[in-house]
Amino acid sequence: MEEIQSLLHGFEVALSYRNLAFMFAGVILGVIIGVLPGLGGANGVAILLPLTFGLAQSPGGATSAIILLSCIYWGALFGGAITSILFNIPGEPWSVATTFDGYPLAQKGRAGNALAAAFTSSFVGALVAVIVITFLSPVVANFALAFGYPEFFSVYLLTFCAFVGTSKEPPFKTLAAMMTGFALAAVGTDPVTGTLRLTFGSTHLLTGFDFLVAVIGLFGIGEILLTLEEGLAFKGARARLDTKVVLETWKELPRYWLTSVRSSVVGCFMGIVPGGATPASFMSYGVARRFSKDGAQFGTGKIEGVVAPETAAHAAGTSALLPMITLGVPGSPTAAVLLGGLMIWGLQPGPLLFTEQKDFVWGLIASMYLGNIAGLIVVLTCVPLFAAILRVPFSVIAPIIMVVCAIGAYTIHNSIFDVWMMVVFGVLGYLFKKLQYPLAPLVLAIVLGDAAEASFRGALLASQGDMTVFFSNALVGSMTGLALLLLFWPLVSAAWRRLRGNY
Amino acid sequence: MSEGPQDRAGRAAFGHKSAEIAVAALFFLLGALVITDSLRLGIGWQEVHGPKPGYFPFYVGLIICVSALVNAASALRARRDRDKAFVAVDQLKLVLAVLVPTAVYVALVGWIGLYEASVLFVAYFMRALGKYAWWKIGVVAFGQGVFFLAVFELWFQIPLPKGPAAEWLVAALRPASLWLRALF
Repeated sequence: MEEIQSLLHGFEVALSYRNLAFMFAGVILGVIIGVLPGLGGANGVAILLPLTFGLAQSPGGATSAIILLSCIYWGALFGGAITSILFNIPGEPWSVATTFDGYPLAQKGRAGNALAAAFTSSFVGALVAVIVITFLSPVVANFALAFGYPEFFSVYLLTFCAFVGTSKEPPFKTLAAMMTGFALAAVGTDPVTGTLRLTFGSTHLLTGFDFLVAVIGLFGIGEILLTLEEGLAFKGARARLDTKVVLETWKELPRYWLTSVRSSVVGCFMGIVPGGATPASFMSYGVARRFSKDGAQFGTGKIEGVVAPETAAHAAGTSALLPMITLGVPGSPTAAVLLGGLMIWGLQPGPLLFTEQKDFVWGLIASMYLGNIAGLIVVLTCVPLFAAILRVPFSVIAPIIMVVCAIGAYTIHNSIFDVWMMVVFGVLGYLFKKLQYPLAPLVLAIVLGDAAEASFRGALLASQGDMTVFFSNALVGSMTGLALLLLFWPLVSAAWRRLRGNY
Repeated sequence: MSEGPQDRAGRAAFGHKSAEIAVAALFFLLGALVITDSLRLGIGWQEVHGPKPGYFPFYVGLIICVSALVNAASALRARRDRDKAFVAVDQLKLVLAVLVPTAVYVALVGWIGLYEASVLFVAYFMRALGKYAWWKIGVVAFGQGVFFLAVFELWFQIPLPKGPAAEWLVAALRPASLWLRALF
């Protein structure tokens, strides 16, 4: 059991006072970020990323930095549930499904039970995903060591086609958003020949678009503009979480073990195959409603209806880091931002990370166990505090969040041009959200665009322009085939429905 | 639109359909732009480097254009009576009441410094949207300015654009921050 040994070493790294302090700080910051409108996992981590540039330079600093940032992510995952249950406002897209039963429970005066159930099942989902990461990622990394250009391109293709096949947005809108991401990624220097592309003579565009700026604008400013429309007042249930309520809920939870198992499986699968946490939570809610014996009462305030989406969302959110550290292909926008951080700190994500940066990788994995325990403790004890943040009036909190976003965008390259770009991306984010253009594929395409293009051109160069290189062996062929199936899935399923409808 | 669809929030400023078509047109323009530049760079094959620099973006631009056309077509096909309001007049007013000052704010950041601009921005926002008393506005606006200045300039030592007031404050607070640093 080499993994266990590596993991124990990882715990040694993660259990220093400094890293533990970063862990708690990260989780608390993360929950606050998850609770606030306009700040979420992805842009919260993006804004704080520049603060870690200095930290990452010190010895062992990169590990501390990733612990801090990944714990912000766990905190944001937990925080989303608080707003969903108490205020019926999903703080994060993946907690939308939590509102279905969470808010009715709060209206019945059982907010405490709903919160305790949500936090506990989030923890269980994350734990399952971390165990999967512990044992599966060394295998995947080892396997990926032999990957060449065609294999990497087929992984990228699979990632992007999965968005078209699994997202609930119209497929051509997903395509348009994704390809816009690729177009933005292409701006600047061509990665293969060094030619300038799509800059149209502008000096600001020489280095291309920074995806961190896009993330801050799309998710931050866009979200604030959307929230403005909804009106400025938040009305929410009050919550107290005392030990009695928590214990009472814990006694009830084992009854739903089968739901937890199903949701964890759905979550892990959707996280690794980049479908992401949001579809995972919906899917898991749907599956639970179908299989539960009182499925008809879902939506009226069933604890089981909180357990299912929360378990899946956390399992997916956590396992989205597996392809990020093993292949350098993030499964969610937040994972993409973390990946960007790794590259800025000078670490090359991908299979080599497991052999060259053992301390870093296993420290990170160990911190996932500890960070989620820290998260559970923090949220169970501090709910009233976090709920109080939401009672700060929007007209006070919104301008401060905008200022934070502006500072975040500025500090990436010390450029005011980036702050302007953030505003432009904010307006785009607002329009896209309202018209159902998905943002996640756009962000992932900006991050992965250059790498995807380089692997595509590398593969074609090696094969002298022969496209069959993407079907040249069983591995790359099956990945490309699966990608194409997912790409045409909306068509396939529509045809299937029509056929069934006729008979 | 006298008998047009009405949102609960009031009169519609734009219909959903027109917004869909406008955004699709934007996408089409973007795609066309990408295709034009790709054609300039060459979309064929060259020795040593393989596909020319315009090869990949060309197909990206092509997919954007095709998707934009499909999206515009499906928006046009949507029935008129189902055309919901994209944004109501009241909502649009609120959004613009934030968006325009935000643009002014960013312009001010480059001109009078980030901290000074932020104080004005927060104050405007609280006054215009929250109708707060001036003393409350003063506390929050200056409070956040000093807080962020302490965090970025003194603690993380990340310099942001500063006007004279912020420069002065940094100089005034530096001895205290050095003293705190020495303590911990």
